[in-house]
Amino acid sequence: MTATISAKLLKEVALTEAEYRTIVELLGREPNEVELGMIGVLWSEHCSYKTSKPFLRRLPSTGSRVLQGPGENAGVVDVGEGWAVAFKIESHNHPSAIEPYEGAATGVGGILRDVAAMGARPVAILDSLRFGPLPASAHLFEGVVAGIGGYGNCVGVPTVGGEVYFEDCYADNPLVNAMCVGLVRADSLQRARAEGPGNLLLLVGADTGRDGIHGASFASLELDESSEERRPAVQVGNPFLEKCLIEALQELGGHPAVVGVQDLGAAGLTSAVAEAASRGGAGALVVVDQVPRRESGMTPYEVMLSESQERMLVVVERGRQAEVLPIFEKWDLHAAVIGEVTGDGHLTVEAQGRVAARIPVEVLTDGAPVRTLVGRAPDLSRRRLDLATIPAEPASIPGSLLKLLAHPNLCSRGTVFRRYDQQVGNATVIAPGGDAAMVRINGTTIGIAMTTDCNGRYCELDPYLGAQIAIAEAARNIVATGARPVAITDCLNFGNPDKPEVYWQLEETTSGLANACRALDLPIVSGNVSLYNDTDGRSIFPTPVIGMIGVIEDYRKCLGAGFKGDGDFVLVVGLAGDDLGGSRYLEVEHGHFGGRPPEVDLLGERAAHEFVLAAVGGGHLHSAHDLSEGGMLVALAESCILGGRGVRCPPLGSQGDVRTDALYFGETQGRFLLSAPSRSMPELQNLARRHRVDIQLLGLTGGANLEFEGEFSIPLADLERAHRGPFKD
Amino acid sequence: MKFGVVVFPGTWSDRDCGWVVTEVLGAELEYLWHKDRDLKGCDCVILPGGFSYGDHLRTGAIARFSPVMESVTRFAAHGGLVWGICNGFQVLCESGLLPGALIRNDSCEFRCAWTDLVVERDDTLFTAGTAKRDVLRLPISHGEGNYFADPATLSLLEQRNQVVFRYCQPDGLVVPAANPNGSLHNIAGIVNREGNVLGMMPHPERCAEAELGGTDGLKLFRSVLDSFTGVPA
Repeated sequence: MTATISAKLLKEVALTEAEYRTIVELLGREPNEVELGMIGVLWSEHCSYKTSKPFLRRLPSTGSRVLQGPGENAGVVDVGEGWAVAFKIESHNHPSAIEPYEGAATGVGGILRDVAAMGARPVAILDSLRFGPLPASAHLFEGVVAGIGGYGNCVGVPTVGGEVYFEDCYADNPLVNAMCVGLVRADSLQRARAEGPGNLLLLVGADTGRDGIHGASFASLELDESSEERRPAVQVGNPFLEKCLIEALQELGGHPAVVGVQDLGAAGLTSAVAEAASRGGAGALVVVDQVPRRESGMTPYEVMLSESQERMLVVVERGRQAEVLPIFEKWDLHAAVIGEVTGDGHLTVEAQGRVAARIPVEVLTDGAPVRTLVGRAPDLSRRRLDLATIPAEPASIPGSLLKLLAHPNLCSRGTVFRRYDQQVGNATVIAPGGDAAMVRINGTTIGIAMTTDCNGRYCELDPYLGAQIAIAEAARNIVATGARPVAITDCLNFGNPDKPEVYWQLEETTSGLANACRALDLPIVSGNVSLYNDTDGRSIFPTPVIGMIGVIEDYRKCLGAGFKGDGDFVLVVGLAGDDLGGSRYLEVEHGHFGGRPPEVDLLGERAAHEFVLAAVGGGHLHSAHDLSEGGMLVALAESCILGGRGVRCPPLGSQGDVRTDALYFGETQGRFLLSAPSRSMPELQNLARRHRVDIQLLGLTGGANLEFEGEFSIPLADLERAHRGPFKD
Repeated sequence: MKFGVVVFPGTWSDRDCGWVVTEVLGAELEYLWHKDRDLKGCDCVILPGGFSYGDHLRTGAIARFSPVMESVTRFAAHGGLVWGICNGFQVLCESGLLPGALIRNDSCEFRCAWTDLVVERDDTLFTAGTAKRDVLRLPISHGEGNYFADPATLSLLEQRNQVVFRYCQPDGLVVPAANPNGSLHNIAGIVNREGNVLGMMPHPERCAEAELGGTDGLKLFRSVLDSFTGVPA
């Protein structure tokens, strides 16, 4: 190492000495400071996936509907009638930990741009959020929810779904994963390619400031006390500007003079230009003097690494810029030619007539040495569960139900969702509150169902199983609306992979995901990995958040989770087992978190999905709800609450040798709660036989109580009160 | 009969209003760009919801200076129908076309929710297809929908019967508990003295189809259309 490149500087750009030696080898010389900064940020875990890459390769990403898999701004799938859905989920965990409002707001802003860059109009946002318990984490929770609303409401994209969870492990490291779904005509898909030497690089949108420098590197470090000092690494969002940018891109959609569109996110111009050039097999020249700034005296280093928000790189055919500039002018957006595509395979940065940096594009995008570490299964002995020590009869079934309904992780999210615009776009067919949301494609009868899901507790207990359950349950959410699951975007949130236990979790999780994807025939077309979610050495639960979309040909056939009419038959699909490991019931009633998560029988899962879809297709059902946390009784109560009506059931009796608590509150996978008119029963029984699924009649809808005759009866009003939970009204 | 929908930078209900006008109502539509002064012969000009100019300074405070607003003001003065929805209502108050102001919700939070509205005036062209005391179910979606006016203005507004909609219970009773944002007198919508300029916070364009939760909003659009095409209410 030379004197000019100090250990301190390496630390600042988050590179190791070994990586530095590789850089020198690849360049055949020492990098200068600008080059080192550019390489450092692109070689960060956040941009290079250097630790997770080997695992990501395992994930299936192809399928008959896939128009664009991983590697672009967003994944794209064909949904019929010439329409395609572009979608992606991304984390903004570390910025949100430091500055919750802006961290969450710019997380939403970033994912909207990813989808808009594909030429799609963003039509829905979902947010998967995890915090420490309230009230200690209230400032993070409040700030994040306000930030999501502040951004999403202003840009005019409805927030239609997501999750909110509270667990100790997220106390200092909240998870803020934002997913965006956009619509684009399949023949107007835009790609993020810089090709054709001489073509112009247009930087559109916000001026470039000093905000967010080293954001990507920051995301690749553990949080500690000094993280507070990194507040400048968190960007500030301007949703108004983003709205204008989205509208301008929509107007630009499919313009023949446009070669490529690339969002500026982590690592700013450096990443955007390098990635676009890499995809186009080209090089690029950036003249930093031509980059519009909002501050004076910025160095080339700062311009290239700035993560100022609401910027987009548009590659335009040379000589045709006059055709596109009026569109940006119309929306009062700055658009400046900052350089051009070159044929030399290098990213060259010029400042004041001098070369400030010159690096082969492939060194930037593919040069980071892949890290292979050794994993080790953690010691989970303290998580052992011996069901024999726990009484099988709940002390009070109604008491347990009310406790579960009021639990912060199971109660209504209404007070959160009412802070988000859920309807703008005139397309929200199923609003937040059910299993999955649904947005129709206006002008067609196609409905797009969407959800995010992950039970981090299961993943902590068994990441291989937990990952499979995350996919199975997301698919169940989609199926419950009547839509067929189509594709996945994933956000893999983990602790520090340098810890063998975390590395092992990453390994197990991705194996589980790959297995479930193959069994359910679902490709993962986009995603994001967020590692180093540790605070002072403590890791979060492995949390592979699954964002899934599904398609229903006629959205008017879609189903809600709430009971719809009186006198309908209530059915349960799938049989209960003694599945109490990791269950919410054990935690709430016995203070126990442990055991093995429920087994997931993916063939059985798929059969249950096909059965429900066939029943929906035949118009046999009035409602469908997925059984998950809290088991059958919580699902039954939710369907009552959502439908505003009760249910009368004969005594449940015993079922084989399944424990009573598991019958009511066990979390056996692959199950649904359905309601159907009596006339549908013969056909449902036929379908069940054909699909080899077990269905069990539970009772009849109606009345003002949730009642199991001779056992207990709970007034609907009590269920509703409990379900409001501890959030402020 | 032609509807015009004004588009400011930051407007987002423009396409929703346009959808209802053309696809649900089957009427003619023009989008009116904020930099243009030409109202293109529109019979009813809608100022739609959104965050015009990002709500910078105050909601609607910058939009009122748009070139298109000069034409809208003149159009209103000559009796033209002007309909401000959500941010459009805020723009109308800032422009002085309607009295009062819309301030931050008393919850200090954005609120997206279904509300019930009692119709206080069925003699405007916007509400001709409804009856007095009817209860309409429309969604709100705003952070600044808390209607405020000084006591003199408020009493004049009531005296002159300019309140068109109030937040109410499903049974039509106007009570504080039905007020989603702290609006004085549960006011959700008002007209000017002449009755040709309506401002309302709820979104009628979001409930013009049963699949989206209801059709009460369509009644207002249809009232306007029918008033021009001569269908008796």
